[in-house]
Amino acid sequence: MKRLFLWLPLTVFVAFLATVAVGLRTPPETEIRSQMIGKAMPDFALQPAVASHPPLSAGDLRTGRPRLVNVFASWCVPCKAEAPQLMALKRRGVPIDGVAVRDRGEDVARFLADWGDPFERIGADPASRFQFALGSSGVPETFVVDGKGVIRHQHIGDIRPENVGEIIAAYEAAK
Amino acid sequence: MNCSPGKRFALVALLAIAGPAFAQSALPPSRYAYTQLEDPRQEAEAKALMETLRCLVCQGQSIADSDADMAGDMRALVRERIAKGERPEAIRSWLVDRYGAWVSYRPPVEPLTWPLWAAPVLLVGLGLFLARGRFRRKSR
Repeated sequence: MKRLFLWLPLTVFVAFLATVAVGLRTPPETEIRSQMIGKAMPDFALQPAVASHPPLSAGDLRTGRPRLVNVFASWCVPCKAEAPQLMALKRRGVPIDGVAVRDRGEDVARFLADWGDPFERIGADPASRFQFALGSSGVPETFVVDGKGVIRHQHIGDIRPENVGEIIAAYEAAK
Repeated sequence: MNCSPGKRFALVALLAIAGPAFAQSALPPSRYAYTQLEDPRQEAEAKALMETLRCLVCQGQSIADSDADMAGDMRALVRERIAKGERPEAIRSWLVDRYGAWVSYRPPVEPLTWPLWAAPVLLVGLGLFLARGRFRRKSR
């Protein structure tokens, strides 16, 4: 028994090393998922972000049809990278609304002219309040909202070409 | 660096106009992002809360320490709500409801975190037990 007890510190140390080794090899989880998935969209009414588009409020997302809400910004580089994918989704009949975070109207207008305009409505989120209410932690992020205004899916980061399928699947599942 | 004053000036000028590596908003920061509340007691409450809330974009920093735009907006949110008389713990749980316990630097006691709270007590207990054995042997 005492012999076994002598091995205890070494065993603990080896277990510690193993834990550290595993921890170093697993890539860190840096995405912070929203806790709002499956919950109703909080009540909100945003100001228009740009003169060419009507603004967005919670009522616009309870239309009986699912919609995408894309949180973006003209100053955000990955938002430019995902623009072609949003245009592809629009061409496939997916309705998309935008929320421009900490942005200026003239910059949003230029962004849409340069990278395409997939949006029906665009609301302004000048102080990130909409993002906080949604549990969104950066730009770009895309939410699938069903016809009753319940958040069904969150995509964190830019939508890459290989992500278009899963977005469409989430959209179809929200019907 | 070995270069003429003119060249050096040009380099500095270039650095000044170069865009930042990380995109930042062109909007000025929120009013209470960098401004303290007028009431020092409320500001102290807000500061204490901000030091225990985690920045969402610069993970590993508190929002009190971070210069990210989003952290500034979160400080403004905290200060405005404190100014309206909301309790700090209510603001914390509002954020935890949206981002999960991750956003708070004060981990709650729950099945996942209880070893974190229990480990120090267990280790001190083990230490006392071992020390007791030692002292006994010596006194013999």
